[in-house]
Amino acid sequence: MRTKQLTSSFGIGALAGLAMGAMASFAMPAQAADDTIKVGILHSLSGTMAISETTLKDVMLMLIDEQNKKGGLLGKKLEPVVVDPASNWPLFAEKARELISKDKVSAVFGCWTSVSRKSVLPVFEELNNILFYPVQYEGEESSRNVFYTGAAPNQQAIPAVDYLMQKEKVQRWVLAGTDYVYPRTTNKILEAYLKGKGVKPEDIMINYTPFGHSDWQSIVADIKKFGSAGKKTAVVSTINGDANVPFYKELGNQGVKAQDIPVVAFSVGEEELAGIDTKPLLGHLAAWNYFQSVETPANTDFIKSWKAYTKNDKRVTNDPMEAHYIGFNMWVKAVEAAGTTEPDKVIDAMVGVAVPNLTGGYSAMLPNHHITKPVLIGEVQENGQFDVVSKTSGLVPGDEWSDFLPDSKDLIADWRKPMSCGNFNVKTGKCGGKGS
Amino acid sequence: MRRALRWLMAVCVVVATSTAAYAADLRPLVQALGSGGYSGTEKALAQLSEAGDPAAVPVIEALQAGDLYVRKADGAVVVARKAGDAFTLTDPLTRAALGEAPSTAVEKIRVNNSLRRAISASLGALTLMSPDAGVRRSAADAVFKSRDASALETLNAAIAKEQDKGVRAAMEQARAAILLTGEAASKMTDADIQSATDTLTARGDRDALVLLNMVAGSGASDVTKKLAAAAVSTLEQKLAFWAALQNLWYGLSLGSVLLLAAIGLAVTFGVMGVINMAHGEMVMIGAYTTFLVQEFFRAHAPGLFDLSILVALPAAFLVSGGVGIVIERSVIRWLYGRPLETLLATWGLSLALQQAVRSIFGPTNREVGAPSWMSGAFELGGLTITYGRLWIVVFAFAVFAALLVALKRTWFGLSIRAVTQNRPMANAMGIRTARVDALTFGLGSGIAGLAGVALSQIDNVSPNLGQGYILDSFMVVVFGGVGNLWGTLVGALTLGTMNKFLEPYAGAVLGKILVLIFIILFIQRRPRGLFALKGRAVEA
Repeated sequence: MRTKQLTSSFGIGALAGLAMGAMASFAMPAQAADDTIKVGILHSLSGTMAISETTLKDVMLMLIDEQNKKGGLLGKKLEPVVVDPASNWPLFAEKARELISKDKVSAVFGCWTSVSRKSVLPVFEELNNILFYPVQYEGEESSRNVFYTGAAPNQQAIPAVDYLMQKEKVQRWVLAGTDYVYPRTTNKILEAYLKGKGVKPEDIMINYTPFGHSDWQSIVADIKKFGSAGKKTAVVSTINGDANVPFYKELGNQGVKAQDIPVVAFSVGEEELAGIDTKPLLGHLAAWNYFQSVETPANTDFIKSWKAYTKNDKRVTNDPMEAHYIGFNMWVKAVEAAGTTEPDKVIDAMVGVAVPNLTGGYSAMLPNHHITKPVLIGEVQENGQFDVVSKTSGLVPGDEWSDFLPDSKDLIADWRKPMSCGNFNVKTGKCGGKGS
Repeated sequence: MRRALRWLMAVCVVVATSTAAYAADLRPLVQALGSGGYSGTEKALAQLSEAGDPAAVPVIEALQAGDLYVRKADGAVVVARKAGDAFTLTDPLTRAALGEAPSTAVEKIRVNNSLRRAISASLGALTLMSPDAGVRRSAADAVFKSRDASALETLNAAIAKEQDKGVRAAMEQARAAILLTGEAASKMTDADIQSATDTLTARGDRDALVLLNMVAGSGASDVTKKLAAAAVSTLEQKLAFWAALQNLWYGLSLGSVLLLAAIGLAVTFGVMGVINMAHGEMVMIGAYTTFLVQEFFRAHAPGLFDLSILVALPAAFLVSGGVGIVIERSVIRWLYGRPLETLLATWGLSLALQQAVRSIFGPTNREVGAPSWMSGAFELGGLTITYGRLWIVVFAFAVFAALLVALKRTWFGLSIRAVTQNRPMANAMGIRTARVDALTFGLGSGIAGLAGVALSQIDNVSPNLGQGYILDSFMVVVFGGVGNLWGTLVGALTLGTMNKFLEPYAGAVLGKILVLIFIILFIQRRPRGLFALKGRAVEA
């Protein structure tokens, strides 16, 4: 019955998208492009993904506003162009085309789900523009026109599993996820990684649930059952979006405590916890590259200006927001270095750019268009924040083609000349191996 | 009884006199809690609990609660509690007041999962002799979990003195756990091992199974392993039986949620024949009304928060019902008899309502709290039943019964039935059909609002809340038989139970697909659903 619902929600989305799209294009007055540099913001402001993406639109507006107060870029003001793709994947491509062809933006910051990124990718390659993608994702992709500022699996999933294995001595694993590409690929990578570490197949349980799943009773009971085999058990959760709230509520209801069966999540941040009573969740974990609770001067300033900008003292910050912060500053630096906003020159200038991140270090853009980041593991606190319990000693470079999947372990991406290839096969020495 | 009292008093005196003497010795250990990060704290905690002094209990409890801080000025470990912007400091051992400090002057001693485990283990070992039976009980459970061999001596002493039967059983289980997993196991006689595994089998829950599995897979002697393996299979059989019952409960619980979501639709779609795609949004409006009522209680009467849900029920009924009436008067009444237009119009309405709520309340989830009588769970045999779900089941049936009575036993219900069965005749008999239409639609929407109050307890209160239920609701009504309330009841419970029994085998995704296929096939065979209306009403 969910399949039916999904298709119908596509329909609903399409309708909403049309309506919103019409509104958005009326709202944006056409200005002379000469005195400003336009920056596209492609985040859903309506539909299911609005819950996560609206925040990113706001943070982009804030960053652009701050840059303008500093005098703009190349002597011009930055002008944000906001469109609403309404959580509708095909509409993402349409809106991207509109931003690039009609509004003539110099770069676009946007997308959340992998399917929306896949949808706009051909548009960015065809029209040769730049997309900054701020969310952790499954990897297995590197495009010349996309800069991935979120975490690749080796910057989030693998270190989290390592932490559980070493610190919590976990031997049995539940890989639970929502049924779509990010959890499936991540779980495939994790399964291969765990088996490589000597975990037996019967000690791994994989479970997928539909989007927006709300009745978790029997699945949590199953997890408890799986956890009673006499070995330390942990849950690695790639459950996405709204489904997390009822999942965590059910964990609390059935008394699954972090001391017994810890749950480490890759898609649960401060924003998601804002809707839950976190007392029963004390100690459950999340792996990210940024937490609001990190105490650095840069982060304190960022939180302060965010609260001031949104005029709401209760607004929280999260990891994808930091990714946009890093991505935007990198773009600014690259444009300054290139002296122009022309995409080809900016793309070449991007590699090697390093800007401060919010956790007290520098993040650099790698030749594969991924960035270096620290990996932090945090435990949920009673106030809905995370307490960092582990941090990688150095920065972890993003690995686009996972070393743990047979299809991609021989591939690398390097967009510097002369290689300039997103899927170079080191075995055959040719550009264009498996994968996409 | 009197003897127990005298003994108790004696213990108290001993504890009181020894506290002062020990306090000095504990000081360096307490001080050590504040240095060396997680591992430093854990080491100090181990020493503190090894000292075996009950005076350490409040200190460890403060650590557990996150109230233990290090004063930055001199590095002293203090208990700090927030009072306004500043902290009031007290000495952890003597509880002497140490004045106030701003939040920048103290640093929290942080606790992670492994420390939390250590804390409950040492609190368990230290409170086995507590005068409070409840505390002793949880102490025994904590020792059972930690299987800390150093607690064995205290445990034996505690068992010897224990009067309460339940607590003693818990303590004996804890002892069996320590004996079977610790080094002592190799020296035990077969009879001892047998009685230890029996004790654990008698406990009969998952924790016991975890432990027995662990013993069966460990490097213990062959006899121990064999006995443990036998106990595991006994226990697994028993648990499998309870698991099946538990699944039935989950099915009932999911069924009741489906019933709640569908029952309003059974009125608007089933009785009136209006395909109302905005039904889910009525549920959502009910949930947001709950949120607003709770906000009001939080702001003006935090003491009465537990009653907020009860106030939210009529409020949600009125708000959603009111919105329903407005929709009926403004849109739907022009579209009677034109199902396709109704479908499109209500669909548009549902989008508009969603976006309106998103604009007013923001796109993020709103937190709706659970009143204390709806949180937590209780055990019934081998079943774990959460209060929240139990109340929702009760509530769903209550709403169903109330609706049934309203339709069958009241003048209003009679009018509804008259109008839906033969509109011209009802009109001729003096029933104001237009008004009945509006009120019926309002009733269906109001019931959806009631469902929203219940769903706010288990699902996200977000603008998308309704979308997740609209198709399920239509499916229940169509499956059960359009126009028949009993059909809706049976349909909801059948689909809920079926879903839950498929889920463990097929997974949640495939399970839902299988249910859908089942319904498609079923509708092929019986186009009018489970309980088809017969007679002239069908043609009307």
